[in-house]
Amino acid sequence: MSARNIFTRPARLAAIAPYGWMVLFFLVPFGFVLKLSLSQVANAQPPYLPVFDLGAGWQALIAAVSALSLDNFRLLLSDQLYLLAGLRSLTVAATATVLLLLIGYPIAYAMSRLPRHWQPLAMILVIVPFWTSFLIRVYAWINILQHDGLLNQILLTLHIVSEPVVWLSTDTAMYIGMVYSYLPFMILPLYATLSKLDPALLEAAADLGSSPLQSFWRVTLPLSLPGVGAGALLCFIPLVGEFVIPDLLAGSDSLMIGQTLWLEFFTNRDWPVAAATAVMLLAILLLPLVIYDRFQRRQMVRS
Amino acid sequence: MGPLSETTPQASVDTVLPLLRIDTVGKQFGGFTAVDEVSLDIKAGEFFALLGPSGCGKTTLLRMLAGFETPDSGRILLHGEDVAQVPPHQRPVNMMFQSYALFPHLNVRDNIAFGLRRAGMPRAEINARVAELVALVRLEGLEKRRPEQLSGGQRQRVALARAVARRPQLLLLDEPLAALDKKLRDSTQRELLALQRKLGLTFIVVTHDQDEAMTLADRIGVMNAGKLAQVATPRQLYEEPRSRWVAEFVGDVNIIEGQIEAREGGRLRVATQGAGVLTALAPRDLGGATDVCVAIRPEKIRLSQRAPASDSGAATINRLEGTIANVNYLGSASSYTIMLDGGGATLRASLANAARVSADAYAAGQRVTVWFAPDDCIVLDR
Repeated sequence: MSARNIFTRPARLAAIAPYGWMVLFFLVPFGFVLKLSLSQVANAQPPYLPVFDLGAGWQALIAAVSALSLDNFRLLLSDQLYLLAGLRSLTVAATATVLLLLIGYPIAYAMSRLPRHWQPLAMILVIVPFWTSFLIRVYAWINILQHDGLLNQILLTLHIVSEPVVWLSTDTAMYIGMVYSYLPFMILPLYATLSKLDPALLEAAADLGSSPLQSFWRVTLPLSLPGVGAGALLCFIPLVGEFVIPDLLAGSDSLMIGQTLWLEFFTNRDWPVAAATAVMLLAILLLPLVIYDRFQRRQMVRS
Repeated sequence: MGPLSETTPQASVDTVLPLLRIDTVGKQFGGFTAVDEVSLDIKAGEFFALLGPSGCGKTTLLRMLAGFETPDSGRILLHGEDVAQVPPHQRPVNMMFQSYALFPHLNVRDNIAFGLRRAGMPRAEINARVAELVALVRLEGLEKRRPEQLSGGQRQRVALARAVARRPQLLLLDEPLAALDKKLRDSTQRELLALQRKLGLTFIVVTHDQDEAMTLADRIGVMNAGKLAQVATPRQLYEEPRSRWVAEFVGDVNIIEGQIEAREGGRLRVATQGAGVLTALAPRDLGGATDVCVAIRPEKIRLSQRAPASDSGAATINRLEGTIANVNYLGSASSYTIMLDGGGATLRASLANAARVSADAYAAGQRVTVWFAPDDCIVLDR
């Protein structure tokens, strides 16, 4: 059978379906956002100009298109507020991702070392927080971290501190919330790669004179890098745009880009600037995705 | 070639102790006895094979030598020093894994150099050693390839080079040729032998393939149910099996059960069911057993359309009458199944197909006389 004939008509349809999905639910909405980001804010309903009215005729449409401008992006690049928010988003997301790696890797490693029949249970324990709404879990953290919350009570009872510590509305609280919320997304891809690691490779390393620590650095870690990449990306990308956790747990003196976006949209009712912020965010996040894609491709070529 | 000879043991030590002494080593896995009080000496420079069916404990024994399993009892003496509790990375022993266990993220050169780097060898020396090994296993030009870019045979050679890179006092090979196809296996066997002779290393190979064990090994230890059933040279193992199990496990054999009827000098007369009274060479160590079996290899059985021309040795040979029941043509030889007259016992005989067109090839249904010498009969305890 020639290679061309492998794809029957239904198979071809199935192959196209994901692209159709992407066009319908990503590309088309993104088109709307992109158009919005090139519009100007207006005291009107909807609150922006120009509006494409297909019924108004050809001339009106051309006028509307020519009214689009890059002004919002110029504003984003010139106003420090947005730059600082963008910078903070990146540093917060990067810091949280590093923390997640440092905490998630040992957990995933320990899980992959459990006896086979215990591993599904460990997996369930990792996933079980998802049974509860994300918002409720973040509110629970507010409870734990507030002035007379559980954490301060424990610390006071154990005489570790003499008076309540301010946890809430600090970056520490935000990082606790982020690490807690995203940990499964870090653990699962790490566990997936670590549990696939052939134990014979570690035996071979030991046989060739590696101490357990050397075996980890020379064999386990390099071979788990795809999992590290996947986990880091899975956490970093949504963390950059994270809105709920910084809004509820962090202080209000510096904002992340997701919070700025929310402010522009709901408080300032400036939809075009909010849309431009969203487009910028996407552009920033494309970079790590492209790097990861390159990395994956290299791996594919190898195997 | 300095580095090649650095591990040659001193003769003085060698005369007192073997390179490796396995002393009543036992290992259990949750109530299952994998290795049962095995004792064995391996001499320096020997090519030793551990042969046995799967689950017989040969791999567990090998893994205890490498340090991946710790014996429950007994000692493993390497140069007289007990290494039973020494972790694998501190043993002067290397292993070639059945799956090869090549590091997928490292290229050929780095795989081979892995153990040398851990040993802290200077870079220039590592480069020289790796180049030497690459040439030894004929992988020139492939140094930069990763394992998945290599064929099965090439991977096997990388694994071998990596395992001998540190010049181990003892090289353990776990089913080293099992993953190769038949043609490649034959040529690789010869290469493995040549390599062992050239490096002067001591090899212990675990295999379930008796042809492989016979071809490679100076001595073979046959294992069954955690015990060493027999340790012998390939020839002894085949011609002088010490038990019925070994006789049946190694090669093809006819087993005829019977009772000892009389003992005449060096000969035994054994009354059998279905094959009359057979004369056999009396073994040295049968004890007082009277219920025995007579084992005879198929290629030791002769067939004839008539009785042997001379009847002068009639008393000293075993002669039986029967009918050819089945013929299996196998290329270099043919295997015949003979139904013996009266009793319904069958014998298998194997005859070399010495000529391309044979006038007296036997066919099914043909009457034949079967005869074999008493010296070719092995009497074993049932």
